[in-house]
Amino acid sequence: MRRVAPGERVRVSCNVNGKPYGGGAESRTLLSDFLRHELHFYGTHVGCEHGVGGACTIILDGRLARSCSTLAVQVEGAELTTIEGLATDERLDRLRDAFSRHGALQCGFCTPGVLASTSHFLKHYLNPDEAQVRDMLSGHLCRCTGYDGMVRAILEFAEGEIE
Amino acid sequence: MKPAPFEYCRPETLDEALALLSEFGDEALVMAGGLSLGALLNMRMVRPEVVVDINGLETLAQIERVKDDIRIGALVRQADVLVSAECSVALPLLIAGLHNVGHYQTRSRGTLGGSVAHADPSAETPLCLATLDGEVELSSKRGVRRIAANEFFEGALTTAREGDEMVTALYWPILGEGTGIGFEEINERRGDFAIVAAAAWARREGGAFRCGLGLGGVEDCPVVQLESTEGTTEEIAERMANQLISDLEPLDDRRASAEYRRHLAYHLGQKVMRHALEGAVR
Repeated sequence: MRRVAPGERVRVSCNVNGKPYGGGAESRTLLSDFLRHELHFYGTHVGCEHGVGGACTIILDGRLARSCSTLAVQVEGAELTTIEGLATDERLDRLRDAFSRHGALQCGFCTPGVLASTSHFLKHYLNPDEAQVRDMLSGHLCRCTGYDGMVRAILEFAEGEIE
Repeated sequence: MKPAPFEYCRPETLDEALALLSEFGDEALVMAGGLSLGALLNMRMVRPEVVVDINGLETLAQIERVKDDIRIGALVRQADVLVSAECSVALPLLIAGLHNVGHYQTRSRGTLGGSVAHADPSAETPLCLATLDGEVELSSKRGVRRIAANEFFEGALTTAREGDEMVTALYWPILGEGTGIGFEEINERRGDFAIVAAAAWARREGGAFRCGLGLGGVEDCPVVQLESTEGTTEEIAERMANQLISDLEPLDDRRASAEYRRHLAYHLGQKVMRHALEGAVR
């Protein structure tokens, strides 16, 4: 059984976007802070820090995770995908293009989380309808766009994938 | 918004986890999906000495049929139940409720056991379990016991779980073929905690109906009525909703007044009861 005492600093090793990384963490270090300050993946944004905003959403062992509500010590040996990993995924080029054309982002703060969720969602919903896309987006707060652009971009991308 | 220091333990077996709870009691908190506990830790609403991470206990991640119940282990994620063919047939009320639990993102890691152990007054999973008259399995070094959900929930974030016990599974009574269900909730924004949630089921028994109606978010734990009754759909729905709100003492907070909650409780209550009765086929 792994035990980490209060205040003790341990090494956490995991794969991020297919490559091995390691860094130091206390038991109470949040995964979001570990990704940013130890592994320097600054694309994971930190918003509300209680699981509501969605900007810190990443993919952890195939599941979506709020990295602010996950402890760094929990990801020992895990596979993580962050926005930096999604950025090099060529399949998502058309999605990024659709996001720009439809005005699905403005300041970009929420976008890393939205793209992590969207990429996970589209693997499970190959032909989503608007209601399903809006339901998925309800897990993200965006104060710029009003979400309509995101909905249009995601639906257009999903239709294109089927063709 | 960072947790206070604590000791982190990741047991590899249930016995190890229960030994920790036996040693630390109320000073230890169990973390499954982390969607409730993570927020409480970050906001320092809780400052446990020990966090017991049960994500390594794969034996708790199983859905299985046990006699007339579906047993859902404490580590089963909400998203797993939503894609389970067995659950969609046997537990349609739970499925309807789960679609309202948090968001697509939080359901990916969030567990049913965690939600029940956390016992938020407006949470859908406790409401559905209580309305179906299901049971909670509690394990400790002393043994395993099953307790009715309606006795387990004692108040807001307060349950009958002892300090050395862990919620290890939930028992969900299977709704037979032809059972009707209804679920509705009102909240400010999709995925938010419900101001009022209502759940109902109904099954024909000869010329009568066996029914359950439950309300969440109204008092500090689910309010449930189970009965066998006769009458038309309209009569039963109105009578059950009226009975349920007759001695209700609704919460009164900045989100909604007690009066508004009582109003919603009646309207949602009779609406879901009507849906359930209409869905109950001969």
